[in-house]
Amino acid sequence: MTVETKPVAAVVTRISGPIVTASGMRDAQMYEMVQVGDAGLAGEVVRLQGDRATIQVYEDTTMMKPGAPIRRTGAPLSVWLGPGLVGNIYDGIQRPLPGIRARSGAWIRRGEKVDALDTSKRWLFHPRVKAGDTVSAGAVLGAVDETALVEHLIMIPPGVAGVVRSVAAEGEYTLLDSIAELDTPDGPRKLTLLQKWPVRQARPIRERIRITEPLITGQRIIDTFFPLGKGGTAAIPGGFGTGKTVTQHQLAKWSDADLIVYIGCGERGNEMTEVLREFPELKDPRSGRPLMERTILIANTSNMPVAAREVSIYTGITLAEYYRDQGRNVAVFADSTSRWAEALRELSARLEEMPAEEGFPATLPTRLAQFYERGGAVTTLSGERGSISIVGAVSPPGGDFSEPVTQHTRRFIRCFWALDSELANARHYPSIHWLRSYSEYVEDIAEWWGKRAADWGELRTEALKVLQREERLQQIVKLVGPDVLPDSQRLILFLAEILKNGFLTQSAFDEKDMYCSPERQMAILRMILTLYRRGSDLIQAGAPLVKLQQLPCIQQIVRAKSSFGNDELEAIGTLETEMNSELDALAKEYEGKGS
Amino acid sequence: MEDFRFEIEDHGLQYVGSERIDGPLVIVERIRDVGCDEIVEIMDADGQLRFGRVLDVSDQQAVVQVLEGTTGLSNRTLKTRFLGESFRLPVSRHMLGRVFDGLGRPVDGGPPPLSSDRRDINGMPINPDARRYPREFIQTGISAIDGMNALVRGQKLPVFSGNGLPHDRVSAQIVRQARLLEENADFSIVFGAMGVKHDVAQYFIRNFEESGVLARVVMFLSLADAPSVERLFTPRCALTMAEHLAFDCGRHVLVLLTDMTNYCESLREIGTARGEIPGRKGYPGYLYSDLASLYERAGRIEDSNGSITQMAILTMPSDDISHPVPDLTGYITEGQIVLDRDLFQRSVYPPIAGLPSLSRLMKDGVGKGYTREDHPALASQLFACYARVKRVRGLADVVGEEELGEIDKLYMKFGEAFEQRFLNQGEYENRSIDTTLDLGWEILSLLPRSELQRLSAALLEAHYRPVADGVAEPKRKEEEKEV
Ligand SMILES: Nc1ncnc2c1ncn2[C@@H]1O[C@H](COP(=O)(O)OP(=O)(O)OP(=O)(O)O)[C@@H](O)[C@H]1O
Ligand SMILES: [Mg+2]
Repeated sequence: MTVETKPVAAVVTRISGPIVTASGMRDAQMYEMVQVGDAGLAGEVVRLQGDRATIQVYEDTTMMKPGAPIRRTGAPLSVWLGPGLVGNIYDGIQRPLPGIRARSGAWIRRGEKVDALDTSKRWLFHPRVKAGDTVSAGAVLGAVDETALVEHLIMIPPGVAGVVRSVAAEGEYTLLDSIAELDTPDGPRKLTLLQKWPVRQARPIRERIRITEPLITGQRIIDTFFPLGKGGTAAIPGGFGTGKTVTQHQLAKWSDADLIVYIGCGERGNEMTEVLREFPELKDPRSGRPLMERTILIANTSNMPVAAREVSIYTGITLAEYYRDQGRNVAVFADSTSRWAEALRELSARLEEMPAEEGFPATLPTRLAQFYERGGAVTTLSGERGSISIVGAVSPPGGDFSEPVTQHTRRFIRCFWALDSELANARHYPSIHWLRSYSEYVEDIAEWWGKRAADWGELRTEALKVLQREERLQQIVKLVGPDVLPDSQRLILFLAEILKNGFLTQSAFDEKDMYCSPERQMAILRMILTLYRRGSDLIQAGAPLVKLQQLPCIQQIVRAKSSFGNDELEAIGTLETEMNSELDALAKEYEGKGS
Repeated sequence: MEDFRFEIEDHGLQYVGSERIDGPLVIVERIRDVGCDEIVEIMDADGQLRFGRVLDVSDQQAVVQVLEGTTGLSNRTLKTRFLGESFRLPVSRHMLGRVFDGLGRPVDGGPPPLSSDRRDINGMPINPDARRYPREFIQTGISAIDGMNALVRGQKLPVFSGNGLPHDRVSAQIVRQARLLEENADFSIVFGAMGVKHDVAQYFIRNFEESGVLARVVMFLSLADAPSVERLFTPRCALTMAEHLAFDCGRHVLVLLTDMTNYCESLREIGTARGEIPGRKGYPGYLYSDLASLYERAGRIEDSNGSITQMAILTMPSDDISHPVPDLTGYITEGQIVLDRDLFQRSVYPPIAGLPSLSRLMKDGVGKGYTREDHPALASQLFACYARVKRVRGLADVVGEEELGEIDKLYMKFGEAFEQRFLNQGEYENRSIDTTLDLGWEILSLLPRSELQRLSAALLEAHYRPVADGVAEPKRKEEEKEV
């Protein structure tokens, strides 16, 4: 006897904000993309139970009704990878915001479907293989000049290998044109400039390698004291208004990465607009080209749907992996991972999962680890070196670092830039606290620095020591005032003040100082520490501190960072010479008087 | 009660009875064709109508949040009718000068607004690609704001206050005085009151009247005696109105929302009633996203000349800035104006705290070409010096003022002058930006040049005039000792 089985239509049975339950979903797969309702809102299957599926919807579900149809796509949520990504701005599920704007104006209307990349645009393709070549995953088929700064390598997708049967001649092709045909064990396969990859799955690499190079950021407190390695991971926690976003913008602008992926997840619309308007105008200090030519933006602002916020960081990191696989150093900025964690919490609550600490799902640490683990320095499938550095902002409630997101993040990063509200309130920017921050990359990159400034390690240790001693002395000063301290100790206070004003603070808005080259960082620090050493000697010799404080060069030393640009190192040298002759004069005065 | 908002062709099915009534929620079963967020008309036994909204719907039941409270409703007798759309507000230019309740119904005796343009009060997110970055300086005439925390057109800058602090007076003064330097374009004002007392609303109305702006104000009042759930709709009505005025009519709109703490409490009530897992201090875990859905509705867009500038007022429970309401607000807005109880007790008006206040967009709206070239550096120097004042005062408390070094004594003087002359001003005193900046220089001149490290030599040359001899380079203690 045969039973007529009528396929059960997939329909919505319940709507609760961004979470929708559907029946008729027996064949659906976990993390499959679906289109929900007549408007075809984008959604993703996050739980399967018999015939029922729970779907998180990336768009507003207002007025959706039980009984609304569901269309399955059969594929997991994936991003498009190919030329045209750089310079673009996407929402959390890779819909280009300019494309949405062209269709629905200033407001993001739901249900808009826009291709992530322009399939009509033609790209000049330079082939690098010929018929008969044996190629495997990651091998470079050819290249496209995506922007003046980014040569986009077209690679054999992961999992594919074979012999090139034919390859397109140099010429212009769209993303969908066939540019090569392979004979693979599974039969012939056509390749295009476009590939797709599921966002929740890390792209394969050959192996992880040791981090040896710093990511130079042009920010003194970072490069000199708490450096990040290329391929390293860093967290930047701080209460509201302490400078997370400004610091991340600074890094996105000035870091010596080849490509920047900036993910604004759950933050302000204006901040993304600022990047969007400013980056095309700003020049990369190394190439002189507009910064937008090496930047991809993902904007899922706080008022955009929360489910898309959850996925936005996977979208971002997948794009980063794709460029890393081309042998590049990519830097990913996520502002803010706390908003992402909150999205997890909100969705998990709607799914009626058992909450762990402060309502966050028990999987929070795993999810954080998975994200940061996608960073690293690697050898790619084709044997090149590539890296992804990740910097995640953390926004702890009340600025209190003991909360779950900060605490768990700390376990998975190796560089911690702790922002301090008190410093921020006093307008000491960047408000990265020198005693509460750390970097575990110092050893790894010491060799790199050693080749450029042999005294880097020595200078940074000495300066940190001054700052540590100052902290202890301040405890005493708070109780009894500075006047009871001997000059040798007050020198520490004085020097720490110079270090803070003349080195640690760096305004993001000062034309000359927003980017400080490694050479200039060292020149200024060396000068300040020479002042310290010679000052100590003078005080030993009996000179009163006030004499030192009144030297004409002091004011200029403090202002050197904003008086002399990166190309004015000689001027700093001249200033140091001046300082030394003023110190010489003082030394002469007190020669032989010392104790 | 007028039925103006819900002229639906087909009033659909009416359901009699409900399964459960729990706090502000009514659960209706065996429903058909009901959408999430749909508006519901609820009739009690006496035939009185109230409105509700569907929070959660399945093929079995709908969870309805009743806007005017559930008092007097009974499972057996209540009747519900689902109106086929989400909550909408009719908008038109002619609503200027009118007063509405927290749900947008007229309470000024006038007729319901005639408009076929009815907007979903939840609005839609602005595409970041379509935003225009806010840059135009708004002069409020208040030195503490203009000089140190300048407001720009399209910014969202809240006032963090405490019970009994003069936030109403400060915001009324801003409304009276705010203007652009170059233009004479007037602000239109949208005022949303959530859970505030009648006299507060009256105070604002009187102020609008006095300053002759009443004809340019639209008010949405959900006062303390209105049902708490209503407050969740009030700011959304206000912002929907503002969006129409700004982006359809091209006006510059200042939106005043008070008091956001009351709004958040209503949200907490709903969360509790729904049995949600509470977050910090019992507020729902989605408080951040919910607040963002309001605050992010400020700004400018490329395709329109209008703008929405937002000032939300909130009272910090026990003056605690780390309380979830100010904390999450600060994480969304573009800075904050913080009122300080200590300054208030020392009769400084407006008691705007020097250090925790911040305008993040100031950098983009002041300086050369906007206000004056010296403005950014001057503000930065004033901040730095005032931060030092705070440290010195701490020290003075320990060792006594007499024991302070000469420089520190000057800082004490500077601090006094800064608070009494710069921050402090009359409630009706409207200072031009030039006056404010000149005053800043005058006060800085109490300090020696060597202390002013954030000012360039050129700026010092142009503006720095040390007051008295001996102040410029005072003798230091050590020197005296040495001699
Ligand atoms: N390096 C810097 N130079 C000059 N100003 C700075 C710097 N860093 C921060 N600021 C100032 O601090 C303000 C706040 O910084 P930012 O917006 O980065 O804070 P945030 O930590 O991202 O806050 P939130 O968590 O609310 O987003 C900026 O608007 C700017 O005025
Ligand atoms: Mg930020």
